[in-house]
Amino acid sequence: MEKLKPIEGKIWTKPFQVLTALAVISVILIAKRFIFGLGDVTGLNDGYPWGLWIVYDVVTGTAIACGGYAMAILVYIFNRGDYHPLVRSALMVSLFGYTLATVAIFIDVGRYWQLHNVFMPNYFNPNSAMFEVASCITLYVIVMWIEFSPAFMEKLQKKKQLKTINRLMFIFIALGVVLPTMHQSSLGTLMIAAGEKLSPLFQTMFLPLLFLISAISMGFSIVVFESIYSSLALKRPIETPLLSKLAKLIPWLIVVFLVIRFGDIIYRGELGLIFNFDLASIMFIIELLMFLIPAIILFSEKNRSSSQKLFVTSAVIVLAGSLYRFDTFIVVFNPGHGYHYFPAFQELMITIGIIAMEIMAYLIFIKRLPVLPEVKHA
Amino acid sequence: MNIERRDFFKILSAGAVTAVGAKPAHARKWQHRGRNNDAPAILYDATLCIGCKTCEVGCKKANNLEVEHSSLDEWHGVKNVWDSADDLSTSSYIKMKLYKNGSGAVKDQEKDGFSFMRSACMHCAEPDCQSVCPTSALLKDPKTGIVTWNVDACCGCRYCQVACPFEVPKFEFDKAFPKLQKCFLCNHRIAEGKIPGCCEACPTGATLYGTYEELLVEAKKRIGMEEGKTYDFPVNRVDSDRRETQKVKKYNSYVYGEKEGGGTQYIVLASVPYEKLGLPKLPPYSSSGKSEKLQHTLYAYLISPAVLFGGLMVAAYRSTKKENKEE
Amino acid sequence: MTRNISKESSLGKNNEESVVKGVSRRDFLKFCTAMTASMGLPLGMANLVAQTIQNPQRPPVIWLHFQECTGCTESLLRATHPTIESLVLDIISVDYSETLMVAAGHQAEEAMKKSMEANEGKFILVVEGSVPTKDNGIYCMIGGRTALDILNDVAPKAGAVVAIGSCASWGGVQSSDPNPTGAKGIHEVITDIPVINLPGCPASPYNLLSTVIYYLTLGKLPELDKKNRPLFCYGRLVHENCERRPHFDAGRFVNEFGDYGHRNGWCLYKIGCKGPETHANCPIQLYGDVGSDAWPVGTGHPCFGCTEKGVGFVKPIHQQASVFTATPPALFPDINQDKGVGMGAGGAFVVGAAAGAAVASGVKLSKSLKEKDTAEKEDKE
Repeated sequence: MEKLKPIEGKIWTKPFQVLTALAVISVILIAKRFIFGLGDVTGLNDGYPWGLWIVYDVVTGTAIACGGYAMAILVYIFNRGDYHPLVRSALMVSLFGYTLATVAIFIDVGRYWQLHNVFMPNYFNPNSAMFEVASCITLYVIVMWIEFSPAFMEKLQKKKQLKTINRLMFIFIALGVVLPTMHQSSLGTLMIAAGEKLSPLFQTMFLPLLFLISAISMGFSIVVFESIYSSLALKRPIETPLLSKLAKLIPWLIVVFLVIRFGDIIYRGELGLIFNFDLASIMFIIELLMFLIPAIILFSEKNRSSSQKLFVTSAVIVLAGSLYRFDTFIVVFNPGHGYHYFPAFQELMITIGIIAMEIMAYLIFIKRLPVLPEVKHA
Repeated sequence: MNIERRDFFKILSAGAVTAVGAKPAHARKWQHRGRNNDAPAILYDATLCIGCKTCEVGCKKANNLEVEHSSLDEWHGVKNVWDSADDLSTSSYIKMKLYKNGSGAVKDQEKDGFSFMRSACMHCAEPDCQSVCPTSALLKDPKTGIVTWNVDACCGCRYCQVACPFEVPKFEFDKAFPKLQKCFLCNHRIAEGKIPGCCEACPTGATLYGTYEELLVEAKKRIGMEEGKTYDFPVNRVDSDRRETQKVKKYNSYVYGEKEGGGTQYIVLASVPYEKLGLPKLPPYSSSGKSEKLQHTLYAYLISPAVLFGGLMVAAYRSTKKENKEE
Repeated sequence: MTRNISKESSLGKNNEESVVKGVSRRDFLKFCTAMTASMGLPLGMANLVAQTIQNPQRPPVIWLHFQECTGCTESLLRATHPTIESLVLDIISVDYSETLMVAAGHQAEEAMKKSMEANEGKFILVVEGSVPTKDNGIYCMIGGRTALDILNDVAPKAGAVVAIGSCASWGGVQSSDPNPTGAKGIHEVITDIPVINLPGCPASPYNLLSTVIYYLTLGKLPELDKKNRPLFCYGRLVHENCERRPHFDAGRFVNEFGDYGHRNGWCLYKIGCKGPETHANCPIQLYGDVGSDAWPVGTGHPCFGCTEKGVGFVKPIHQQASVFTATPPALFPDINQDKGVGMGAGGAFVVGAAAGAAVASGVKLSKSLKEKDTAEKEDKE
């Protein structure tokens, strides 16, 4: 078993200072949002009530943060211990993704002081997919902090507690798989209620399954991407053999995704819509290419052993999955009645600030906590 | 099966309540779906509408709403001259809109004509807003079928706006403590035995109050009437003594809202195709019905998550056991 | 503009040189300009109009009265610019008019005969009142002849036929159900000669004057609508020029006479105003030259629809009009009114910058990875 170790080093570096600046701007803008209302900083309107924050920070952000979920399935459920060195860093990225998604929800909802009503027995509504998403995300965030707690305990040398938690960990690992399975699919269910506002190319009863599969493939891709990127940025050796083995799974997931997507469209007899070349069809084709081309590349053993190809394909798949989410929630979503939406400047700056905070937390954690595998000097 | 599931959740919530040791202030009203024949309803007949906007005035008076300005008025600095919102909003529960084509010369004609359209909450039989609301802030009254918004419940997630096929719920994006508002069919006036402000104000009978059944009969009668003949159209309410004689125009062949999206309590008649008036073509069921069914199938009695959880625990236990031993 | 001029000219300034009796030159030219404008002619033609009016050859007019109340003549008598005497004596030559002429009996009939013979094809025939057609028209007889007879005798010799008032235009009040006399409008009896209808109860005298002068000036009939009414005075709905229109657009209606809205000049639609379906220039031309508000709606009574066949004398007074506004007003939001802000410069910049940075760093990293890959390969080899 490989040992995980903090990589130490200075935290207050130049890039960190830039990130701090972005985060500070975002905090100021968030304060502005709470004082003057959502309309002051966002481009949201009654036709597009869900904008960048929901779609990026929550829907896409949590899908990108599915690394921990995907790795947990692989390592603990399919018992592939060889991927173990990647687990904790993947989990950590997920942890930040989800934690900040809950923060984003809090910023985004209009009547945040009543947000707890979602869980109040006299108010909650199990008919709503939102109820399921909200409860699962909240629970999952708690579960992930528990899953990640050994890192703190190792740091603080709390051996006894560490042992207890490790013994009970299987419960949390199981929960950490059930909960994302439920809410990643329910994120798709959210848009079934939008009905006719979504083009038949995107509106389907298979939305939950498509969202779930694309989330898992995004999860694996982000593990590959994050591992290569951090190795490059932190000047550590790239774990190419391990990653290329992991990458072998991705194209198969994408194949399943595309087969379901196409099968459903053909079954409903809407295939002709792909060749309409309107917004929905163009976005559909772009997505298709962004899923298909990396999948084809990754099918080849040779390509998988190239860290460059792994890096590019995993990035494109993450983007493809993100695009799929943006299309479903904003781009192809058409409320009619003459509504327009594009994220406003301040809205974007808040999201960028939240991403900056995520990266800052990542940098602090890897430098101070045992997250990344120890580098063996050759 | 539905009722059983409801009971299940009731037990769940009851359990949760006892666990917390608290008692909810009022018993949980379960969500009502469907349309009672004697429920209050509104029929809007675009061919009778003269675009006078008195309904808007009546609505604002009945609900003490503020005057609003269109973006154009604001651009020109026009203030408090008259009410001119661009669309429904938190202070405009109904909005007169205009369809115009080509020269716009003839009323109630699709080509080179125009038609008015009165946007308002349709009070669906299967309200998408109610189904998707995570805090049950939007509820359909089991007796009157009126869909209302509860200020104490709403968390402002705006899922109702995403789901509503008619773009009705409106949210105060410009306020720090925003509210969501929509027409609630003047249920305070109906409780007093009065009729909604808009129906009382309408001078021509274009906005007509009555029970759903009466109005549907009236609407179908109108569709069946011969074009060009005169008919004494009731004003204010369908059983009113006050009638106005007008010529019958050519109607679309069906009543919008009888079946659309599972049916609505605000039904519409017009000469111009309904889609042109901003009323979407909808299947005869609500989209939220589909998502609800899916959710309840996947998570019936929480069996599938429980089974999954059990299986996963076994698998995870095996893997972690090995790990723990190694340490 | 028309309104202002008519006000001033009604004051009359007799100290200046008179062209037409009782009217100063200045007022006369103002009148001509106003006429030109109300006829819808270019203002440059005012001089031509003035010349026409000053022409010593006054056009002969034969004015017939049938089934009517003489209200149209009465309103003409009350015209003040010009006054009736200058109109009759200086502008036109009324050769026969039972109300105005001094002659009576056979003398009068003789005068008409003479004028008809002398001016055949040139005189203007003005008919006031409807023609009874039932029972050979015995319900209206003048000098032993039925109205039908007289009309069939005179009309074919006229240069132009003008039917003044609602009665002459389509039968008016006499033609209301059950129409016991079989009353018909002039154009329904005289079908082979074009008839200009100037409906109204009474018809605005200025519409008659304008029509006559138009004919004299240009030698042709003015443009007419489907109901044979000159477009220059009947081209628009009362609703379109109504001073109470803003109240209609804002939904402020009178519910009953004397209520708050009525006292404050709100829209009379709800109590039966026919303005939305009646074509006339009443809100602009007004009545009696006494200044603003001197027309039915101005005084607080709903428009009765007297200039519109099928509305006046047919629809009950308090029945609501059907609104067929020719062009819908602009103050309604469109069904798909633009809402929400599209791409802003700031947002676009951030998105562009972020995408650019991501792609650039991606390319850079990818390149360094490629170098690493090749280096590894070489190492292996």
